[in-house]
Parts: sequence; structure tokens; C-alpha cells
Amino acid sequence: MDFLSFMPEWLITHGAAVLVIMPLLLGAITAILPSERLAWFVTLFVTVFSTVTAFAILLVIFGGETQLYKMGGWDPPHGIAYVIDGLNAPIIFLICSMALLTTLYGLKSVVAEVEPKKRAPFYAAFMLGMAGLLGMVVTGDAFNVFVFLEVSSISTYVLVAMGASRDRRALAASYNYLILGSIGATFFVIGLGFLYMETGTLNMADIGGILRNLDGGSRVSMVAFGFITVGLGLKLAMFPLHLWLPGAYAHAPTMVTVFLASTATKAALYLMLRFTFTVFDVSFDYVFTVLTFIITGLGCAAMLLGSLSAIFQTDARRTLAYSSIAQVGYMLLGVGMLTAMGLTASYVHVLNHAVIKGALFFALGAFWYRYGITRTEDFAGLGKMMPWTMGAFTLGGLSLIGVPLTAGFISKLQLARAALDRGWEWAVVVIMVSSILAIFYIGRLLLAAYFQSPPEIDGEVVERNEAPLIILIPMWFLALLSIGIGIYYSDFVVQLGQNASDVLLQGDRP
Amino acid sequence: MISAVFENYHYSVVIILMMTGLYVVFSSRNLIKKLVGLSVFQTSVFLLYITIGKVAGGQPPILVDDGHGGGHGDGKDHHAEVATNLLAGGEAKVGGAQHSAEVLYSNPLPHVLILTAIVVGVATLAIGLALVVRIREVYGSIEEDVIADLDHRYNLEGTAD
Repeated sequence: MDFLSFMPEWLITHGAAVLVIMPLLLGAITAILPSERLAWFVTLFVTVFSTVTAFAILLVIFGGETQLYKMGGWDPPHGIAYVIDGLNAPIIFLICSMALLTTLYGLKSVVAEVEPKKRAPFYAAFMLGMAGLLGMVVTGDAFNVFVFLEVSSISTYVLVAMGASRDRRALAASYNYLILGSIGATFFVIGLGFLYMETGTLNMADIGGILRNLDGGSRVSMVAFGFITVGLGLKLAMFPLHLWLPGAYAHAPTMVTVFLASTATKAALYLMLRFTFTVFDVSFDYVFTVLTFIITGLGCAAMLLGSLSAIFQTDARRTLAYSSIAQVGYMLLGVGMLTAMGLTASYVHVLNHAVIKGALFFALGAFWYRYGITRTEDFAGLGKMMPWTMGAFTLGGLSLIGVPLTAGFISKLQLARAALDRGWEWAVVVIMVSSILAIFYIGRLLLAAYFQSPPEIDGEVVERNEAPLIILIPMWFLALLSIGIGIYYSDFVVQLGQNASDVLLQGDRP
Repeated sequence: MISAVFENYHYSVVIILMMTGLYVVFSSRNLIKKLVGLSVFQTSVFLLYITIGKVAGGQPPILVDDGHGGGHGDGKDHHAEVATNLLAGGEAKVGGAQHSAEVLYSNPLPHVLILTAIVVGVATLAIGLALVVRIREVYGSIEEDVIADLDHRYNLEGTAD
């Protein structure tokens, strides 16, 4: 708690609002800055500041408090309230710290991947995206969620399209993402409209209270739940709605890919949890049915088919993108169990997967930075050409598979335990099969990198050319963190998951 | 069944527009036409919100001096409160509005919400059109099939032409 005594009082009290407003304001200013280096420094300032603030808030929340910030002093439900509790505080810290790491990484990678005159606007869009994600997670007002969802989505479309100077397919990928993302957001807002018809309020806690009094409400809330689930499902790449994801991840600039992979789908999953458990309630029979039969089924399908598709990709970034779809499946399976253990496992996997995928995509970006490699067949000899980067990739890959002593193992163990606890032995089998498939798609890359010799160009073996230090630092930080979670901090991460599931299931207590 | 459709004709309009928009998005292979479909789809949601804010017989949410208040502060606050109470229930409570002396207001909140959504829709459309312009510059086409074909060949060859 020593750390908190260094923080000014106003930062704790107004932290929730400051987190969102800082990147929004400075993002707008950054767009017109003349120099890319200046823009980078502003972004670094915002991300460092947000990370420190988010950490302070996390400590306060960890002390057992819940923060309720009333925008403009208006009391909820009429005013907009920002709520931070055990469920969203870790996600807020995750978003801020990933933004900080990607900004460090961006110093070199953005120079390599984005056209010079677009770099300052690039950082501006990045900060807007960050503000949108933070707003989505922090707000307690349902319509506010939609607004921030669109702020983050629209800036993400722009960021993905910025990859066009490296790979022109980024444009088509961004366009597809725009069409599907807008449909998703519109479905979400239709759902909100129906909820408003039923309850006459937009405050999430208030909607939840009214719906519980109505015992789930009429068919209108049922339809609202359907629309909201599909809308958020598109945003979090739930299995049949995942088509935008591989293209967006594969062709966006690396910095954007890392940020998207480790935060955007996580924030959408958080919203799904919040809407399913706080706004609606699992005691409503339609919510129970959808989660138990549909979400679980789609989660399992994602685990199997996502991993299977990952094996057959020729592009390493696409492999990891399909793997992300499979990992979302693990999270959905945990949610579908509807038990405290399942939710804990799901939440732990949200945090762990962010760390693991961040490290892996950082490494893929470094391969491209030095050798222009994205195809799996070009991985030959990378273990000799870039030993440090490949080392981080290996640690991340092992963690993704779920080898013991890694973060991935912790979350898969939790998930398997939760499945046994629920009496779903078949789910354990699905987790095992999906992990075995992960061995294939990660192992294929590792085998090529370590057991094949580097290619020869004009009769000379390609020389060792390690990535610059500023790229290695964030990458190794995440890679070591994923091992650290596996060995030392597993109890801490599981504790975070339990706090979150406590918040989610408190509605069940009379 | 049929009468229900006509009594709630505004919902029918919303549903028809919504499905038309979605169908256009999924069926057309032209990037501009897809955006047109997306706009129609989003506009149908604007209509949905506006119809749920309408209270039968309600007037615009502007405070009026109906004589007995005399314009002093308490009277106005009272009006505002009645309006809020009525509107919290949406249309469902309209039938139960016995305060004949009071003024009945339409609910302004959905209109305000949809103002935000309109801005979002405009921004999305602008980004979408800008992307189509860039795609046209780079690929020389705005037909999805042509672009997919070019990308497929690019994948096989590994080099841009």
C-alpha cells in the first residue's frame, strides 16, 4: 500500500474519468502534431500515466472497495456512472499496461510499417482506440457502452487499414471488419433499445434490478438478450462470427495486432460477462438456456475448429489469429459452465491469453521487422538467425500449448477442474484435443526454426540479425511474465479470477 | 395476426428496413452497395428508437405555461417530474395517464440517444467510403470477387504485381 501514498488524492477519486478523458483529449491533439517523435512521446506519456493510475485503482479495489464515479455529480440512474469493481479493474490495468508495452514496441515497428506522414495520426487513432476500450470497460451505463464500443471500433478500422503500406490486403481486411463490426454494434444497440422499452432506464445496475423484479421480463427482454449476445459475439469473435478476425490480425501493423489481440476481444468478453450476469441474470431461463447449450457449444466448436484451421494456415500471423479464435472458445466454455470455478477459469484465461498472445505477436512482428517474414515456410533457421526473439516466441508458444509451469497450463488446469466439478467430462476431452492441436501448429513453427538451417541467398547463409533492444524488452517482459504466472504468481491470478466471479455471481445471493 | 401488423405498423416498417439493409449487405458483392445496405440497416434502428420515444397524444418536451402554475419554479419542477414518471414506463403506461390537467410529453431521451447513433453511423460510413477509395486505388476494382481473386493469386505467388 506504500505505492498509494505517493498518489495524489484527486487521481484516486477521479481516476475512473481521468483514465478515459486523458487519451481522448491528447489523442485529438496528437492528430495534428507535426512530428512523429513528438506524437510518440505524447502517447508514451498517456500510456505511462494511465498504467500508473490503473495500478493505483487496482490496489484500491484489491483492498475490497468498489468505486462509483458520478459523471458531473448526477446521481445514477439518471446520470452516467462509472463503476470499477473486482471484475473490471484487472481488465483496465491490462488495457493500460498493454498499451504501454505496444507503445514502447511501436518506436521502431511503426517506423518500419507505417508511412511517415501517417505516423502522428496513427498514434492519435491508437489513443482513441485505447480510450474507447477503457470507456467500454469502465462505464456503468448501457448506452455509454455502445458509444465507446464504436469509438474503439472506428479507430481500430483506421489502425488496421494503416497496415496497407506494408501489405495491401490490410485494406480489404479493414473493410470486412468495418462491415461486420458495424453490424455487431448495431445489433447491440437494437438490443439496448428493447431493454429500454422494457425497463425505461439505461443504467446497467438499474436495468438489472428492474428485470429481476419482473423475473426476467417479457419476450422483449428475451429478444434484447439475443441481439446483445449476437452483437457482442461479433465483437469478441465468437466462433461462427469470427470471420473478420484473421484478416484484421494478419495484415494490421504489428503494434495494432498485439493491442487488438490482447485487449479488444477481452474487453468485449468482459461486456458479455457484465451483460449476462449483472444486467440479465442466469436465473432467467432464457439466459440459462443460451449459455448452457449455445455458448458452450460454440465455445467447444471454436476450440476444435479454430485450432484445426490454425494448423493449415500458410501465414504465421493467420495461424496465431485462428489460435486466438480457439482461445476465445476456452473462455466461452468457462462462461457456459455458469459455476464460480468456470468463471474463475475463464477470467484467468482472459488475463493469461493476453500475456501469451502479446508475446507471440511481438515476436512475429520482430521477424517481419528484420527479415520481412510472415509465412510459415520462411521460418527455417530463425532459431539461429534471431535467437533471442525466437526464445521469447518459444516460451510464448509453450505457454499457449499449456505446458506445465507456464501461464497457459494454469488456466487450462483451472478450466479442466471446473469442467470436472460441473460433471462435464467430455469438456476435458475437448480441452485436451484442442491443446494437442496447438502442439501441431506451434510445433510446426518451432521445428522449422530450430531444426532447419537458415536459407542461403547468393551462396551465403543469411546472417544473424537480432531485433533491436526496444523491441526485445516488451517481448521478453511478456514471455517471462507468462512463465512467472505459471510458477510464482498463479495464486495471485487465480485470486483475481475469483474476485471477478464473486462480483458476477453476487446477484444470486438473496 | 394481420391486424396486429397494421396496429404496430411502425414496427413493420422498422423490420422491413432492417431486413432489407442486412440482405443488401450480405448479398451484394460491390463494396459501395454493401455500405448502402449498412446505412439502411443502421437507419432502421434510428426509426426503432424514435418510435419507442413517441407517446400517443404527447407533445414535444418543452415546458408550457398552462395557466395554473403561474410560472413559478415549483410548478415547473412538478411538470418535469410527472413527465419523467410517465416516460419511465414508455408507451406501456400511456393508457394509465389520468392527469388530464397535466401536459403529456413525448420521451426526449431516445431522440438524444439516436442523435449519438446518427453521428456514429456517419463516421462509420465516412471511414467505409474512404477505405473503398483506397481499395479502388490499390486494387483497381471495387468488386469483392475481383479483389478476392487478386489476393488469392498474391497468396500463391508471394509477390505483389
